[in-house]
Amino acid sequence: MRWIWIDRFVKFERGKSARAVKKLSLAEDYFQQHMPGYPIMPACFILEGLAQTGGILVGEANDFKEKVVLAKITSAKFHREAVAGETLLYDTEIVTLRPEGASIVGKVYTLAPGQSIGEPVNPPMAEAEIFFAHLDKSRSQQLFGDLNFVFSGELKHLLGLAKVAAQRTDGAT
Amino acid sequence: MPTQAEIFKKVSATLVEALNVDHEEIQPTSTLQGDLGAESIDFLDIVFRLEREFGIKIPRNELFPESIFQGDPEFVLNGKVTEKGLKELREKMPFADIGKFERNPDMTAISDLFTVDMIAKYIEGKLGSKA
Repeated sequence: MRWIWIDRFVKFERGKSARAVKKLSLAEDYFQQHMPGYPIMPACFILEGLAQTGGILVGEANDFKEKVVLAKITSAKFHREAVAGETLLYDTEIVTLRPEGASIVGKVYTLAPGQSIGEPVNPPMAEAEIFFAHLDKSRSQQLFGDLNFVFSGELKHLLGLAKVAAQRTDGAT
Repeated sequence: MPTQAEIFKKVSATLVEALNVDHEEIQPTSTLQGDLGAESIDFLDIVFRLEREFGIKIPRNELFPESIFQGDPEFVLNGKVTEKGLKELREKMPFADIGKFERNPDMTAISDLFTVDMIAKYIEGKLGSKA
């Protein structure tokens, strides 16, 4: 299994906010153990999805030049469980963006039955405040050189994927 | 300009949020690391929150200087901060109460300078100079 916890970006406003979607398939490995006979998404994976959405938002704001690492989850609330078959919407907004790091607030929604991806209508099923640090430039240069191991591959490609999907939608209308 | 009591109240509320501590735990003399359990990353979080709360800019290394002495032997000798080091400390952190530290300037105790009261004094200075 690859460490990608969002399927696609559906909204992206540079330096401000981003929304990503994640469909929960019963075929995903973790549902077998969590919990047997009662497939609910582990809360830490929900947070990971929110952090990936927010982390890419923060990284893109500096053209992916910074190594953005999750430093702290200041608060997290889970109002209900997410079960296999549901679609999650990760809404994130930048609260602070500075050279040393950034903080975001995020809310997780589920789509109502029959609802297409758009504005959330249900109350959030989870919310969190997440704090990211930009790795110290001089120190990380010594350890990792110029390689940006955070945004070296799949995470960065997600934005390109969103563009392709958007073009297809435009073409269809 | 807000009163000292108002500033302290807001600083306390900020620390409650950033460090997940109870209001009752926060006293003017509480040290951020020793008493309130702050870790290094929390300092950046506190700075972000103070900026938002008070509408001020806090330049990097101003409120919480990182490695003030940079291992300079003129400033630190045998684990103790020298007279020159103390002078540097007074200049860089005029808002800190270094009286107690001066009596036993052991480097291991330097984090005790970071108190709730120190933050409040720093904010007072900032807001005063803004007006």
